[in-house]
Amino acid sequence: MSNTIATSSKGTYREGSTSDSGAGILIDRVTKRYPGQKAPAVDGITLEIPAGKTVMFVGPSGCGKTTTLKMINRLIEPSEGRIILGDDDVTDIDGDELRRRIGYVVQSGGLFPHMSVAKNIGLVPKMLGWDKQRISARVDELLELVSLDPATYRDRYPKELSGGQQQRVGVARALAADPPVLLMDEPFGAVDPITRQRLQDELIHIQSELHKTIVCVTHDFDEAVKLGDWIVVFSERAEIVQYDTPERILAEPANEFVEGFIGSCAGLKQLTLSRVGDVGLLEGITARPGDPVREVIPRMERAGEHRVVVLDGRDRPIQWLSRRQLSRINVLDGVTDPKLPVVGNRATLNDALDTMLVCGEGAALVTGPRDKFLGVIDVETVMRAITAIRQQVARSVPADTPVGINTGSVPTTASGARL
Amino acid sequence: MLNFIADRWEQVLFSSWQHFSLVVQCVVLASVIAVVLAALVYRNGALASVANAVSAVGLTIPSFALIGILIVPFGFGVVPAVIVITFFAALPVLRNAVVGLSGVNPALVESARGVGMGRMKTLLRIELPLAWPVILAGVRVSAQMVMGVAAIAAFALGPGLGGFIFSGLARLGGANSLSSVVTGVVAVIILALILDLGFIGLGRLTISRGIRV
Ligand SMILES: Nc1ncnc2c1ncn2[C@@H]1O[C@H](COP(=O)(O)OP(=O)(O)O)[C@@H](O)[C@H]1O
Ligand SMILES: [Mg+2]
Repeated sequence: MSNTIATSSKGTYREGSTSDSGAGILIDRVTKRYPGQKAPAVDGITLEIPAGKTVMFVGPSGCGKTTTLKMINRLIEPSEGRIILGDDDVTDIDGDELRRRIGYVVQSGGLFPHMSVAKNIGLVPKMLGWDKQRISARVDELLELVSLDPATYRDRYPKELSGGQQQRVGVARALAADPPVLLMDEPFGAVDPITRQRLQDELIHIQSELHKTIVCVTHDFDEAVKLGDWIVVFSERAEIVQYDTPERILAEPANEFVEGFIGSCAGLKQLTLSRVGDVGLLEGITARPGDPVREVIPRMERAGEHRVVVLDGRDRPIQWLSRRQLSRINVLDGVTDPKLPVVGNRATLNDALDTMLVCGEGAALVTGPRDKFLGVIDVETVMRAITAIRQQVARSVPADTPVGINTGSVPTTASGARL
Repeated sequence: MLNFIADRWEQVLFSSWQHFSLVVQCVVLASVIAVVLAALVYRNGALASVANAVSAVGLTIPSFALIGILIVPFGFGVVPAVIVITFFAALPVLRNAVVGLSGVNPALVESARGVGMGRMKTLLRIELPLAWPVILAGVRVSAQMVMGVAAIAAFALGPGLGGFIFSGLARLGGANSLSSVVTGVVAVIILALILDLGFIGLGRLTISRGIRV
């Protein structure tokens, strides 16, 4: 999966002012003791985060995920150990200066309510001394990137946005100064499941354009499988139980603790490993607002299709009309149907099934970067994919597994390897 | 009554202006002091409680007594008047500023630190603007309150409308004495209303649309 992302998107998108790759991070024998607590919250962790990859932290509540994450940008100062960012030891540099170089996204966006969307996004560039024009151009570019129309949203205040839109702006703000690293703490924890799925898809698209190094905390194992190139499973005191690819964690959980975390339907979870874009899509018949219905119907008949996808000027699907719906109108209009069943091409087959179920359709529209229409996926396609996955469960060991150990913990002996 | 005012129109206007300007200047000074104090103490629970206690207890001190005491070191004139007015004006602002600053969502403060704002920048760009509606409400209360206090400052021969009230009261029963008192009181009330309108306007201008209710 990680390979697909890397090869499919390398250099295929616009060359903007965005750098192409993130910086690796090394958390080197880091310990955190909070004052007044006997046991350290994080105990001698050494963790390598590969450049340009997404690493997910999962584990039970209170196991030290957030603490570990915040020590990377030194919102929490490590008690011991070093933090290396790229080639720099950043353990002792000015924390504020460091945080301007690292994007940080929190639950529900953490937007400042008294600032407009543009002001929120432009904060870091402003602190870095960019001039007004450059900031304003950057704000628009980022709003486009997170699929919000700049003209509509630039001057809004956070309270005038939905939860999902706030989260998008939060991501845009974190990306504003084009930092090599993005830290996210349960970024999609506060939105409804369908919005969460959309936001996840979008993050995957953004990542396929930008190749940042992303460290993301989640309590949702499915989210970790979906978003992560690598997953770290933690137990108490940030002990690393397993650090591996989603495929291998699903196929070979290190122990019962990880199995418990994966949950009961490990087989079905394999569905989370396959992306909508990896299975064959149906082409579908497309049309534009303004097209006369009498021209559209013959095309549908020739292709043997029952429905037509109406695309807007940017190739985004806005309607999906059946023949019966067509029979009531003469010309296609440009109104957007809010209940359209849409999944991103990086969404998992699981998401696709969910969307079809929620919308009560046997199929869903598939979109790519910036919501461009790519094709149609139907239930039969998903079923065929499930069968295929069952037949070939990946068991290959990736050559370049990053390091993840706890120096502070007693080495587990082969006989008593339990938590 | 009308004759009384007509005869002294210039004097009434001048005293009103003095009164108004004294109050506004003292309120501005008091607000700055109170907000700085609040910014120093609000992070510390114990100090914040002390500040709250001071603002509660301070308001129970009779302003008249305080002026009397201050005349001893400072003599008659503007100085004791300014000190007393500023002291009373600071109390409601201090309380509201502490409440407002402590009420800022900690997640937003962390968010500010997370994008690389230092402590000072976080205070100036995030915490104070978010606490501003509450602080401004305190300033408004304080301005209303010290309109009256400033009248009492006339006892120390301070400037303002208090002169009409005190001289009238001193000669109560004498010619025009009641007119003098009423003129002073009504003028104070009118000034208070004008100032309050000013604060409503200030609120419109300075409270971000994003947090206006
Ligand atoms: N600011 C703090 N002061 C004291 N203890 C803390 C603080 N933050 C977290 N902890 C403790 O450290 C442990 C790890 O917390 P955290 O990193 O937030 O866990 P997670 O994000 O995995 O839920 C918990 O036991 C928590 O109680
Ligand atoms: Mg946490």
